[in-house]
Amino acid sequence: MRLNYPSNVKIVNVPCTGRVDILHLLKAVEDGADGVYVAGCLEGDCHYLSGNLKAKKRVAYVKKVLEEIGLEPERAEMYNLSAAQGTRFAEIAREFTERIRELGPSPVGSGAKSGAEAA
Amino acid sequence: MVVGESKPIEEILAMVADFDKILLTGCKGCVTVCNAGGQKEVGILASALKIARKKEGREIQIDEVTLERQCDPEYIDQLEEPINNNSYDAVVSMACSVGPQYIAARYEDLLVFPALNTTFIGGSLEHGVWAEFCQACGACGIHNFGALCPIARCAKSLLNGPCGGSSGGKCEISPETDCVWHLIYDRMNRLGQLDKMANVVMFKDWTTSRDGGPRKIVREDLKQ
Amino acid sequence: MKAQSNLERVFAAGHFAVTGELGPPRGADAEVIKEKGQYLVGLVDSVNVTDNQTAVVRMASMAVCRLLLDMGLEPNLQMVCRDRNRLAIQADLLGASALGIKNVLCLSGDHQKFGDHPQAKNVFDIDSMQLIATCKKMRDEGKLINEHELEGVPHFFIGAAANPFADPFDFRVTRLAKKIEAGVDFIQSQCIYNMDKFRTWMQQANDLGLTEKCYIMAGITPLKSVGMARYMQKFVPGLDVPEEYIARLKGVEKKEQGAEGIKIAIEQIQEMKEMKGISGVHVMAIEWEEKVEEIVTGAGLLPRPEVS
Repeated sequence: MRLNYPSNVKIVNVPCTGRVDILHLLKAVEDGADGVYVAGCLEGDCHYLSGNLKAKKRVAYVKKVLEEIGLEPERAEMYNLSAAQGTRFAEIAREFTERIRELGPSPVGSGAKSGAEAA
Repeated sequence: MVVGESKPIEEILAMVADFDKILLTGCKGCVTVCNAGGQKEVGILASALKIARKKEGREIQIDEVTLERQCDPEYIDQLEEPINNNSYDAVVSMACSVGPQYIAARYEDLLVFPALNTTFIGGSLEHGVWAEFCQACGACGIHNFGALCPIARCAKSLLNGPCGGSSGGKCEISPETDCVWHLIYDRMNRLGQLDKMANVVMFKDWTTSRDGGPRKIVREDLKQ
Repeated sequence: MKAQSNLERVFAAGHFAVTGELGPPRGADAEVIKEKGQYLVGLVDSVNVTDNQTAVVRMASMAVCRLLLDMGLEPNLQMVCRDRNRLAIQADLLGASALGIKNVLCLSGDHQKFGDHPQAKNVFDIDSMQLIATCKKMRDEGKLINEHELEGVPHFFIGAAANPFADPFDFRVTRLAKKIEAGVDFIQSQCIYNMDKFRTWMQQANDLGLTEKCYIMAGITPLKSVGMARYMQKFVPGLDVPEEYIARLKGVEKKEQGAEGIKIAIEQIQEMKEMKGISGVHVMAIEWEEKVEEIVTGAGLLPRPEVS
C-alpha cells in the first residue's frame, strides 16, 4: 500500500504511546505546531497493557492546559487505530489536518506546521 | 509529606504578566513525590506559560532549576549561580510555601511568587489521589483513637466519637469523605478496645498547635 | 434541684415534659420573635432557641432567649462549638446566666459547609461533650475550665442532643452514656421517624440504666408533605424516614398531607408517652410553629402543669 497523507504532518516515532509525555505535546505547540495528535493502538490492544490509556489521559490534560491558556483544546487529540489500518492512518492525518485548517494557524507562531506522535 | 497542587495557570500568568524573564524553581522533596512541583512539573508549567505568552506576542524567558529541597538554606545556595548571573524580574517557586519564603528571605530585593497551593500533610491513597492525615497539632495522641487522627480527619475535630451526621461510614460534609470516627469505631472494635471509647476525652491543650503561635524546634545536640 | 428552671421542675414533679423550638430570624426584627413565640405560650415547658442553625447566620440565640423571658416563655439556650472558642463559650454562659437563662443545650454544631458562610473558619476548640463538662464544672465547682474560681456561679439545667439514627448504631448508646458521664441532665433526641430503631435504642438505654440518670425527650417533627419527607430522607444526614410514613402521606390528597403529618406526629407522641424511659417530647415544628397547638392538644398534653 502506498497511501498519501498530508505532508505537513511530521511524525515522531515512539515505541508505545505510553512513552508520550505531557511535555512532549506542549513542546510541539510551544515550538509552533498548529496541532498535535497521538496515534495509539486500539484500546484493549496495548502490548504494554495500558500505554495508550495513559496517553489518552495525558492528551486530556494537555487539552485542559490549552484551554486554560486560551488555545483551542481541539489542537490536541488522541486517536486509536491498529498497525494494520494504514488506510485509517492516512484518513486520520487528513481529518486532523482539515480540523486544524479550520481552526487556522496557532497564534503561538510559526515553526513546524503540525506534529504527530505515532506508535 | 506536604501535599500541594498547582495553582490555576491563569493565576500564575497574572502573577508574571509584567515580567519578561523569570526563574522557575522546583523542589525534589515532597512536591516531587506528589507530582506538583518537581522537575517534570517545572517543565510543563514553563512550557504552558511560554505558549501563553507567545500567543500574546510577548515572549517570556523562563529558566528552570529544581533544587534538592527548598526548605534548607544550604540548598537555597544552589540559586546563587543562576540568580547572580541573570537579571530575573522574579522567581516563581513550585515548592510548598516554605520554598518561596526561603527564597524571599535570601534575596531581599527579588520578587517571589508561589506557583502551588500548599494543601495539607497527607499521603497518597492511590496514584493520583492524595488525602489529609495530619494537622500538626504538636501533641500526637492517635494511639487513643486506634491510630487514626480525629483532629485532622473529622470535619469538626471531635474527640468524643461520631456526631449525629455520620451516615453509612461517611461524613455529613460529603459522601466522598469517610467518617473517621466510624473508622475509629471499627478498628477499636477489632482491637477489642471499645471500652476505651466509653471514656470522656476532656479538653485538648492547643498550645502546641498553631494556636500557640508560630512554632520552632531547637535541638541543642544538632546545633552548631 | 440544679437550676430551678421550669423544665427541671416539670421533670422533677414527674410530669411528661414538652419543649418547643424557635428558629431566630435572619435579621434584627424583634417582632418576629414575639410573633413566633406567641404561638408557643402556654403550650410548652421550655422553648429551644437555635444557635445559627444549619450554619446560617441568625439573630443571636442568647438575645432571643432574653426576649422570650420577657414574654413569659422559658428559653433553652442552644449553644454550638462551631462558632466560638472556650473563652467565648464560657463568657457567653456567664452572660446567659446573668440574663436569667437557666437551660442550655450543648451541641457540636452543623458544619458550615452547607450554611450561608461556607468560607468561614470554624472553631471546634472544644466539642459538645466537653461543653457539657464546662457547664457542669461552672455550676457544680464554681470554676472555669482553667480552675479559676467564679465570682457568681451560673446554675444551668444542662441538655444535649442524641441521634439514635446516625452511625455506627451500636456506638449511639455509648455516646449517650458519655454525655451522662460528662454531666448532662436531659437529652433531646433527633427527629424520630424510624420507630423500630428508636425502640431498640431506648431498650439499650434502659438496659444500661441510663434512663435513670437523665431525662430523655423524644424529638418529634411533623412532616408537612411528601416533598419534605423525601428531602429529609435523602438529604439530611443522620435522619431516617421510613417508606411507611411516605406511603401514608402519599395516600391522601396533597392539601391533606400536612394534616396527615400532624396525625402521625400525634400518634408518635402517644406512643412516646407510654415508652419506658421517655420523660417528654421535644416538638420541632420547623417553620410551622402555628401548628404546635394542634399537635400538643391532639396528643393530650394540655394544659401544661404549673409547678413551683
